[in-house]
Amino acid sequence: MAEVMRSETLNISNNTSSLASPELLHVLAVDDSIVDRKFIERLLRVSSCKVTVVDSATRALQYLGLDGDNNSVGFEDLKINLIMTDYSMPGMTGYELLKKIKESSAFKEIPVVIMSSENILPRIDRCLEEGAEDFLLKPVKLSDVKRLRDSLLKAEERVFKNIMHKRELEANDIYSQLKRTKI
Amino acid sequence: MGKFMQGYLDEQFMELEELQDDANPNFVEEVAASYFKDSARLINNIDQALRRGPLDFNRLDSYMHQFKGSSTSIGASKVKTECTMFREYCRAGNAEGCLRTFQELKKEHATLRKKLEHYFQVQASDQLCVINQLQNMC
Repeated sequence: MAEVMRSETLNISNNTSSLASPELLHVLAVDDSIVDRKFIERLLRVSSCKVTVVDSATRALQYLGLDGDNNSVGFEDLKINLIMTDYSMPGMTGYELLKKIKESSAFKEIPVVIMSSENILPRIDRCLEEGAEDFLLKPVKLSDVKRLRDSLLKAEERVFKNIMHKRELEANDIYSQLKRTKI
Repeated sequence: MGKFMQGYLDEQFMELEELQDDANPNFVEEVAASYFKDSARLINNIDQALRRGPLDFNRLDSYMHQFKGSSTSIGASKVKTECTMFREYCRAGNAEGCLRTFQELKKEHATLRKKLEHYFQVQASDQLCVINQLQNMC
């Protein structure tokens, strides 16, 4: 029955949800320790997330397209749902990275989670005041990651459902048009 | 894990094992390999820093912070304890304490390395046994 429809002939809207794909959250993880990078990457993959891992705040900014001058706007098409960063890193700290992300128009809405091996209350307060979503004590637990994932997915689900509904309506519309032309 | 590893590795190591599966059967071994490569570098840096007098306690503490971090992530409890002690001596500016503790740390680290090498070998041969048994059933 159905011929393959080429997308150019269709008027389906181009809106996409911010999910990397309907099911997967894309997490950017930042840590200067190779052991911790392997660990957090595994935790995230086991939690069904797409993961990009970098070894410094500078590289994180490069990845986001925020590494230029003050006018860097960031890469528009980059879909990141969560950033998890270590606090203590040589060069730029996780706290400084947090500030830069919150100052950028492209990424300031993205939740940023700080990870630290040290339970220092003023540090935690400072991060939360600067807009950190959460502060996790290392070693990070799988339950921490799953909890983050679940709360993000809930928020995304609503957005995604709206978009799928919209696409359904559009597809029905096209199908009716096709039926009419065949007759 | 049993008596062989008791005291040397804590629950964090078991967390790592839980993350391993059939699709990623060497995860723990890979993490261990990264750990020993990284800690060898740190030990080398600390060794050199300890030979330069007067000691730069800030730098030493910074190295040890990294060492403690990765040791915590792999569950190396005895090594972690020595790291903590070393940092205490750094903060107190106690050079002798640092040197003594570092010797202990290197010993614990070497022991852990041997134990883990043996542990992974036993795991590998156990897996071979299972495979052989399964093949013999056919």
